[in-house]
Amino acid sequence: MAERKLILAFETSCDETSVAVVEDGTKILSNIVATQIDSHQRFGGVVPEVASRHHIEWITRCIDQALAEAGVDYSDLMAVAVTYGPGLVGSLLVGVTAAKVVAWAHQLPLVPVNHMAGHLYAARFVGEFKYPQMALLVSGGHTELVYMPREHEYEIIGETRDDAAGEAYDKIGRVLGVNYPAGKTIDEWAAQGQDTFHFPRAMEKEDNLDFSFSGLKSAFINTVHNADQRGEELNKFDLAASFQQSVVDVLAEKTLRALDQYPVKQLILAGGVAANHGLRTRLDREMAKHYPDVLMLQAPLKLCGDNAAMIGAAAAVNYQHGDRAALDLNAVPGLMFDRMKSM
Amino acid sequence: MKVLAIDTSNHPMSVALVEDDQLLATTTLNMVRNHSIYLMPTIDQLVQLVQWTPADIDRVVVAQGPGSYTGIRIAATTAKTLADTLKIDLVGVSSLEVVARNVLPGSEQVIVPFFDARRGNVFAGAYQWQEGQLVSLIADQHLAMTTLLDQLARVDRPVILLGHMTKRLNDQVNALPANVTLAPRAYGIPSTYQLALAGESRPAAQAIDPFVPHYLRITEAEANWQKLHPGENKQNYVREV
Ligand SMILES: [Zn+2]
Repeated sequence: MAERKLILAFETSCDETSVAVVEDGTKILSNIVATQIDSHQRFGGVVPEVASRHHIEWITRCIDQALAEAGVDYSDLMAVAVTYGPGLVGSLLVGVTAAKVVAWAHQLPLVPVNHMAGHLYAARFVGEFKYPQMALLVSGGHTELVYMPREHEYEIIGETRDDAAGEAYDKIGRVLGVNYPAGKTIDEWAAQGQDTFHFPRAMEKEDNLDFSFSGLKSAFINTVHNADQRGEELNKFDLAASFQQSVVDVLAEKTLRALDQYPVKQLILAGGVAANHGLRTRLDREMAKHYPDVLMLQAPLKLCGDNAAMIGAAAAVNYQHGDRAALDLNAVPGLMFDRMKSM
Repeated sequence: MKVLAIDTSNHPMSVALVEDDQLLATTTLNMVRNHSIYLMPTIDQLVQLVQWTPADIDRVVVAQGPGSYTGIRIAATTAKTLADTLKIDLVGVSSLEVVARNVLPGSEQVIVPFFDARRGNVFAGAYQWQEGQLVSLIADQHLAMTTLLDQLARVDRPVILLGHMTKRLNDQVNALPANVTLAPRAYGIPSTYQLALAGESRPAAQAIDPFVPHYLRITEAEANWQKLHPGENKQNYVREV
């Protein structure tokens, strides 16, 4: 029995191949991330077959480097953990297959992890979790409000009905000629412009906690196309600022409404879009004003994107709760948290 | 030498354990769609049956493709991760060659294994037994079934085709050329015992990290991109951050 509580974690759900060693679910000993962004930029978005091919090129390098950098060997490990969904099936399969092999070869327990729980646990490296708790998860593939009454229990109370927030950034980025992924550039441009276009704020009035970004996206694209036809050039900084303001307004508004309905001790902000400065600043301000007693934990910037350290942190909790996968573990591309029925 | 052989290139999923040329155990499933579910449990079960432990394995031999992209990735990921984590030998063998080995040594025919690659295309190669060695005459490739048959019609000796003539493929074929015969379907099923034997005597891969499946085709997205960007030939699109 290993004395140290070390988990070797795998994450390959989209276009990052990542392997990490995490101790006690709270300490990162190594977190190797090989990103394929330069490859998918050629196509303006992630091409699943290309992503799967890159994962297999990098998987063993990432394993070896994660162990070397952590200065540990297989015999030091307590468990192997892996993201088994949601994500791209071909990408997930490389990580799931590799993790099963390592677990089997060294007779270690295998812990399955939901990728979204992983994103949430990126915030665990900032501070301890206190329940009940709420999380706003915003990424290229997901936009969700998750309520956690206690540890290891996740309930979706609001989610996007169409595009994820990050997806909307990439789509309007394409219209502005910004390389995939567009979030960071749009965020930087937004800081230099003003909300002069007043794009619609979707579902702000409706009495639920769901999001929608397709109306905003269409309004944005129409505005740019109409100006093009008139031969008019619009200020890209103002366009970015107006788009971002609309996204941030909706995310902040729904989050505050959720906090109203579900009193919690903590709010977690996580996922790729959680790195957005506009969103961070806005939530900081609103929370200080309306919920000064609710502690906000923001995932560290460098752990907002996909990485295996966050999977290792979530796996430590899953391990304690007895979650174990057998060797027939398969990728589940559509894996989801439960949706609250009452809403 | 204790060898684990794996082939999930196409519809059949097959695993064999071979020690010093002797077959100890093998399982082939030909009814499953999902190799990812059944491969590791099958390996685990066979290793337990012959009373090995994972650490006893000296060498893993894998059918490296061509075949279904997902299938060859599952086998290659399993094989390379196992070789890496246990620090053992890794050998890749052409998935078509494995099928070619179903023909008896001594036969002088040109052996042409093929797999349906959809849209009227096949993965195929040409092999021949020469002095007890199976030699590759034409490298494995991706081509139209009709092109393959045109080429085989020009070969000056008997040719035997090994593989599953799916309805999709059969629709492309009017009649086989006079010198070409299609082997009974059983000869198109790969044997991982043959795979293990082929891989037992071969030099192991020098490095495990660069080991990837033989897809024999770049992706459609990349093909289109290359058309629009002639001459751009960057090799490394993935970087550590
Ligand atoms: Zn993610």
